[in-house]
Amino acid sequence: MLHVAHMPPIGTLAAWRDAARRGLTLGIEPQDMLWTFGAEPSGLFTGTPLPQEIPQAAMTVPRSFVELASNVVWHSDPERFAQLYALLHRLRRTAGLMEDRGDPALARLRAAEKQVTRDKHKMKAFVRFREIERKTPGRRRFGAWFEPDHHIAEPLAPFFARRFGDMDWIIATPQACISFESGRVDIAPGSARPDHPDDATEALWTTYFRNIFNPARLKIKAMQAEMPKKYWKNMPETASIPDLIANAEQRARAMQDAAPTLPPLRSHRILDAAADARPPAEESSDQPDTLDALSRAEAACRRCPLHANATQVVPGSGPQDATMMIVGEQPGDREDLEGRPFVGPAGQLFDTVAAEAGLDRDRAFVTNAVKHFKFTPRGKRRIHARPDAGEVRACKWWLDAELRIVRPKLIVAMGATAAASLTGTGKGITKRQGAIEPGPQGIPVLLTVHPSYLLRIPEPAARAEATARFRGDLEQAVRTLATLSD
Amino acid sequence: MSKMTLNEKLAILSDAAKYDASCASSGSTRRDSRDGKGLGSNEGSGICHAYAPDGRCISLLKILMTNFCIYDCAYCVNRVSSNVRRARFTPEEVVELTLEFYRRNYIEGLFLSSGIIRSPDATMSDMVQIARSLRKEHNFRGYIHLKTIPDASADLIAEAGLLADRVSINVELPTDEAVKSFAPEKDPATIRKAMADVRMRREAATEKSHTGRRAPRFAPAGQSTQMIVGADGANDTTILGNSTRLYASYGLKRVYYSAFSPIPDATAKLPLVRPPLEREHRLYQADWLLRFYGFDLHDITSGTKDGNLDLHIDPKLAWALNNRHHFPVDVNTAPREMLLRVPGFGVKTVNRILGTRRHRALRYEDLTRLGASLKKAKSFITAAGWSPDALIDSESLRARFAPPPEQLSLF
Repeated sequence: MLHVAHMPPIGTLAAWRDAARRGLTLGIEPQDMLWTFGAEPSGLFTGTPLPQEIPQAAMTVPRSFVELASNVVWHSDPERFAQLYALLHRLRRTAGLMEDRGDPALARLRAAEKQVTRDKHKMKAFVRFREIERKTPGRRRFGAWFEPDHHIAEPLAPFFARRFGDMDWIIATPQACISFESGRVDIAPGSARPDHPDDATEALWTTYFRNIFNPARLKIKAMQAEMPKKYWKNMPETASIPDLIANAEQRARAMQDAAPTLPPLRSHRILDAAADARPPAEESSDQPDTLDALSRAEAACRRCPLHANATQVVPGSGPQDATMMIVGEQPGDREDLEGRPFVGPAGQLFDTVAAEAGLDRDRAFVTNAVKHFKFTPRGKRRIHARPDAGEVRACKWWLDAELRIVRPKLIVAMGATAAASLTGTGKGITKRQGAIEPGPQGIPVLLTVHPSYLLRIPEPAARAEATARFRGDLEQAVRTLATLSD
Repeated sequence: MSKMTLNEKLAILSDAAKYDASCASSGSTRRDSRDGKGLGSNEGSGICHAYAPDGRCISLLKILMTNFCIYDCAYCVNRVSSNVRRARFTPEEVVELTLEFYRRNYIEGLFLSSGIIRSPDATMSDMVQIARSLRKEHNFRGYIHLKTIPDASADLIAEAGLLADRVSINVELPTDEAVKSFAPEKDPATIRKAMADVRMRREAATEKSHTGRRAPRFAPAGQSTQMIVGADGANDTTILGNSTRLYASYGLKRVYYSAFSPIPDATAKLPLVRPPLEREHRLYQADWLLRFYGFDLHDITSGTKDGNLDLHIDPKLAWALNNRHHFPVDVNTAPREMLLRVPGFGVKTVNRILGTRRHRALRYEDLTRLGASLKKAKSFITAAGWSPDALIDSESLRARFAPPPEQLSLF
């Protein structure tokens, strides 16, 4: 027995879902179902309408099918309803069918879906409103005419309602008219092209379109691939395209051929004033004698290539009369962004352990053997890279200057790089941990590990043990400083 | 000089803005005006409302607040020493143009940039005022992209990030040396610090406070930057090295490459040539490989001559031709990372291959339906019913893809 399901142009999706559900419940095979479409059911086809009252069986279909159907029902292909219903039938027997990108019937529906979504996307983009009348006060009114390939006005009504919430509008298309008045969406049958009054803003928009175009980069095909000619007649700006194309080459050539002109007089005045206002470049050969002067000089450092990749130099920080200097390896990601030493994860661990050891960080001078962050970019992160001997040597100049200005009584060198910079060798740091060795300018250096080493120990017990030893070293530093100060 | 009309100003100030490549309006917070109390919506993906004959999308009203500028950047049409006509919008004019264009569905929002007038702070403050008026007075919920000025004060940048969807700061040129010689008033270190500042503010805004309340989001569509290609001597390896570093350091959403293009009233310092559009295109392709296909910089640049990408074939194909020992790849067994390296397979195609092969073996005919470009891929894959035989070893494989040599153009 042949069943006829009639689909109306408004509310098509709901009608199709309803009919498909009833067809499946009644076990109607796809070949026994005839789908018609139009404002009124046609008398041409003889068949039994689907019964209205049937028991509703619970039915589960994959979400991806629902999404597919909710686009394809708006396609202009008369076969779309039958094809969707046939696929729905097969879905009940074949699990995973929706994931099979190679199935020809599904591929055909996917292609139809793509045409509908593209058409929808282009309608969102290319609808052009004209102001219908401007009455104050109250909501402003706008109207548009658009000619899509498919029946997409109805499914797009919510999009336009979300977008143009504070105005009233109507978008007429041959298939349906959607409108929005005082917050209410209405869907009506399609119409002929309405006659909207001229809108002065269209001239401004065309001015913008003409001037944002760069004649030196003419790419007509790229434009038409995305904005096919069929849309042009309802877009005011496109009237100027032939003229823009015709003159592009000549305009580009004129720019190239034009001889350079003399700068306007006022430019000399402005540039001279700006040059006077700029601070003179720092002389790096000077010996700075305050921390402020030192950090200004460091900012201009070009002693090794590391400055080129880092955000900024990270100078040491602390009171100029500090008695203890803490030296780490180099700034990390966080330090590089903030421009302050010991603010990242290793710095925070140092702060915690130092506080436990009775070491007041604010009274110490904290700095690094190398003042720029060395790293390897990996995706969205920067991976720490160890500075080489040349970079450590180049940066020793700044560490020496800090030592000369601060004149600490004791230096704590954390990690191999700091040890190398301060004692000449970074080798055997685990054996030397806790030892006090002679350092630059006659200042003793207590050697310990770098806190980032503690963060890298995966095993909790081993980490706790190494942290305790590190804490012991800092306690020793506090004690040693007390004896040195006596 | 008689007073300029809005139309005249718009002509000048959009002409002056066209050298900024970005037109993105995607990836911000979702919002709409269904409540009837405002205008505009943002639903994740951007919309291109028109295309100019240069093939570029028009999504935003991209204008300069003013093209008066006290800087003298050699590559820029608006440099102080240029004789272009100058104009200046009032903040109200920019607000009105944005809203009226938006109401007619011409645009997704505003991309506002500016020449530097008086001082960086004065300029930035006017730009922030425009964004504030749009958001607060007119309840504008469309997209706003503000080009921030590196030297502007922290308070202004902070407010800009709360009002705008995206902020950007241009690094301008691939190397510090080039910036110093062509943009003497700009300081590469200051630009980097400004980008670091934006990253920190964005991160701080995603952390919950101790009360559990989320801070207002800072530039939710992220920050981007632009580099001019072909004005200085930097090769592609240098350019991509710099963008790799920028992505890693400041969490940029995009690095835009802008082929140096002839400008009206150019300076004698820079040669005016045809913009290297093909080079720009290859850089974007390489950028995509770095971000979405698991390539690292070395993969892309190691096979190049003189550090520049091959202009005749795309960088993925160039890599495959230089690394034939990895091919052919079996589409039914190869891991995701290897599928992503096959020329002619995009990320979507690879996802579909992985999804489909869970159910059955893929045949060669299936691949077109999955979106693969088989013209390229067929030499590098095996599938049920297909093997490339000796193709992969063929000496002439490159010639199949590279266009035939062209007669030299006289232009």
